[in-house]
Amino acid sequence: MTPEPRRAETAASPVTARLQGVGFGYADAPDVLRGIDLTLPRGSFHFLTGPSGAGKSTLLKLLTLAERPTTGRITLFGQDATEAPRALLPAFRRRIGTVFQDFRLLDHLSAFDNAALPLRLAGDRDHAADVEEMLRWVGLGRRMDARPPTLSGGEKQRLAIARAVLARPELIIADEPTGSVDKAMAEKLLRLFQTLNRQGTTLLIASHDETLARRSGAAVLRLDQGRLETVR
Amino acid sequence: MTASRSRSSLLPRDAAGEPWLAAVIAVLCFLACLAAVGGAAADRAAHGWAGRLRAEATVQVRPRAGESGDTAAARAAETLSGVDGVAEAEALDRKAAEALLRPWLGDAILPDLAIPMLVAVRLDPDAPASAPTLSRALAQAGLDASVDDHSQWRGEVQGAAALITALAAAAFLLVAGAAGAAVVYAARAGLAANRAVVETLSLNGATDGFIAGQFMRRYGLLAAGSGLIGAGSAAALMTGLRLLGGSEGLTPALPVAWSDLILLSPVPLVAATVAVVAAHLAVMRDLGPRALGPGDRGR
Repeated sequence: MTPEPRRAETAASPVTARLQGVGFGYADAPDVLRGIDLTLPRGSFHFLTGPSGAGKSTLLKLLTLAERPTTGRITLFGQDATEAPRALLPAFRRRIGTVFQDFRLLDHLSAFDNAALPLRLAGDRDHAADVEEMLRWVGLGRRMDARPPTLSGGEKQRLAIARAVLARPELIIADEPTGSVDKAMAEKLLRLFQTLNRQGTTLLIASHDETLARRSGAAVLRLDQGRLETVR
Repeated sequence: MTASRSRSSLLPRDAAGEPWLAAVIAVLCFLACLAAVGGAAADRAAHGWAGRLRAEATVQVRPRAGESGDTAAARAAETLSGVDGVAEAEALDRKAAEALLRPWLGDAILPDLAIPMLVAVRLDPDAPASAPTLSRALAQAGLDASVDDHSQWRGEVQGAAALITALAAAAFLLVAGAAGAAVVYAARAGLAANRAVVETLSLNGATDGFIAGQFMRRYGLLAAGSGLIGAGSAAALMTGLRLLGGSEGLTPALPVAWSDLILLSPVPLVAATVAVVAAHLAVMRDLGPRALGPGDRGR
């Protein structure tokens, strides 16, 4: 059975995220993204596909407020986040669960503490049972005390996913979340994402796996040479 | 099991040469303790000297015509013995006066020298008679005499003690400042060494205050431990001095008292406070609005 992550009580906006005319470029380099318009309604499920270097990760970084757009406007949960001051970023980020392509696990913490991190940062002290249940569900029940350097690539990926979904964020952004797991686990994780989506979570998943994207039943976006188009 | 997991620090252990920082802070705290104890000892010594000077006065008697010096001095001593605030007055005969001058003048010149007639006065330490009171009593007895209550020396000793105390306080503040600067440097190095950790915390919803709190706790505890070691070492040294040298320590110039140990007790707390404030300032400065996470808009 899929575990039931908890969700914080927050004011809901009909649109979880909106990008209007967003462009992004690093200094002295061609723009990575140009004129991106994207709306993620609340409870929607999108796959983002495209070749390597198309700008998928950059687009996700803009949505997690890890980068600011060069041009355009980003609205999250009904609030303009384009130039949100640093003090306001934690409030946005606590409503977003992110699976990073490089996992971004803390090597000095156990798998349990890594998974529990967003809950701990949000001040939730009564999370042990939920964390253990989620770790068991992603197949890390016997690895709860293991440090990330001792985990395999697939285990790290599952741990990163557990961390992203445990606090039951309103928006889940995942960068290649099934890139390091076997097909069976990829299917299992897809079912987790579908369950979360049915419960109202908005999802945007960047993936090379177009077969998985098709089977998900989610809307599919394609990013190529900095331009975004809807495939399905 | 799970409760202990969640209490683990969110910063890696020894991320930025913390053993070295601990050693530096311990040494600085040791020096601060020496400065504090030295200042207190100097103040105590000066008060002792000033107190002794305050309890003594010297009267020089000039015999009138037809009266010998010894007679005038004896009369002055008798007069002064009856004054309130005087414990004892003793006329110094010529032999005693020569003994006082011999170390400076030698034997050769003394027999030909007109030595002043002196009266040594020991005053009541609780309510000493003042110089004007003594002068008045001598004048009323028809004696021509001048009174030296050592007030000039006392002022100079007290001034020197105040200067030494101020220097000790300045040394203490300088050492505290150096400890703070060391923590600022270490906190910034720690922040740079843990940039990936800090970014991960930030991207998972940690506020800057929370991240700063992690560093403040880390360096505060470290400084408290180092302060304990530094103060403990100073206390051990002080105990050794007290046991070896008694109440005067190793020199009467710096008398050590057991009560000085109380001065050392707040040092760990002061070190921790300095470290916490320094870490807070350093981290919040480096986590400024444009320091981490989102870059600037535009290029």
